[in-house]
Amino acid sequence: MRILRLKPGHGEIVLAEGDVEVPEQERELIEAFRRELDAGMWAAVPTQRTDGRREAEMVRSFADVPRDAERVIFFPRAAGGADGGTDR
Amino acid sequence: MLLPLSAAAIMATALLWELALPRLRMSLPQLAHELAARRRAHHNASGQHGYDPGRELRAEQRARELLRSCVNEEEWAMYRDLGFLRVWAPVRMSASAADGSVPVRMSASAADGSVPVRMSASAADGSAPVRMSASADGCPPYAYLVYPHKPIVAYVPQTGALLNEYCVAFPDETRPYGSARLPDADDVLAKWMALTADERRLIADANMHLPGRQVDPQQVREDLARLVRWERERAGRSLGSVRAA
Repeated sequence: MRILRLKPGHGEIVLAEGDVEVPEQERELIEAFRRELDAGMWAAVPTQRTDGRREAEMVRSFADVPRDAERVIFFPRAAGGADGGTDR
Repeated sequence: MLLPLSAAAIMATALLWELALPRLRMSLPQLAHELAARRRAHHNASGQHGYDPGRELRAEQRARELLRSCVNEEEWAMYRDLGFLRVWAPVRMSASAADGSVPVRMSASAADGSVPVRMSASAADGSAPVRMSASADGCPPYAYLVYPHKPIVAYVPQTGALLNEYCVAFPDETRPYGSARLPDADDVLAKWMALTADERRLIADANMHLPGRQVDPQQVREDLARLVRWERERAGRSLGSVRAA
């Protein structure tokens, strides 16, 4: 499993990577997960339905993350925007 | 009396200037260097790295790869070719009026091909997220157009009627390079994840406006027409490849 974060000027960065079945690596994944959550990030897991359609699932704790998930993607929480995209 | 004093003052100034000039010549470059260093330090401390097109391009390339790996193949092709995504609304089968929804016709008559859809009464005055039941043909009653760094536009696929703009941003206040903006494809991915995972939460966090507040309705109509053409061509190509096989 990889914990990723979307970042301006970077694209995604890998915060942690490991096997959830290995306790030490799982601990590192959980720590990275908590850090991002504490920083106010939203977390989503890209998933695939049985009919093949792809979608995402928001997760609020590491326990919500499916054990077989390949990636958890953190991104800044949504805020009502109104600038029309002028901040560059 | 005044004349000799003035002459003496001029002489003294000239002498002082001659004495100070070599020292000034030596210290000016050092002063300029110190000022530049101070400016650089302030620049780095405030995170103002400036806009670097190469860095942004690399970030966008990475973001596009991630988007491609997350969304459906059709959605990726749509973004690649048209520059936006269409996300279908999750269909909620709320057929009865008991949930407060009321049938409204989105355009004047059925003769123009419009179909009646149900829209919640509160959505009509712009106070709550639109909630509709599925139309008779099973097509989702509304969909979203997701543009990078622009509001999400809700519309009725059957008629092309624009419903609302949802102004939403994902600002990263850590501003690693001075800007809080994600790369374009990351912004689209964030909207896609939030819409497909928790539509209500995203819509609740967004600022809702009537169409035309930030996104030109004419541009949206042109984009919808492009989308129809694109889908027709894509369907034609798949049909052709099936026939060839």
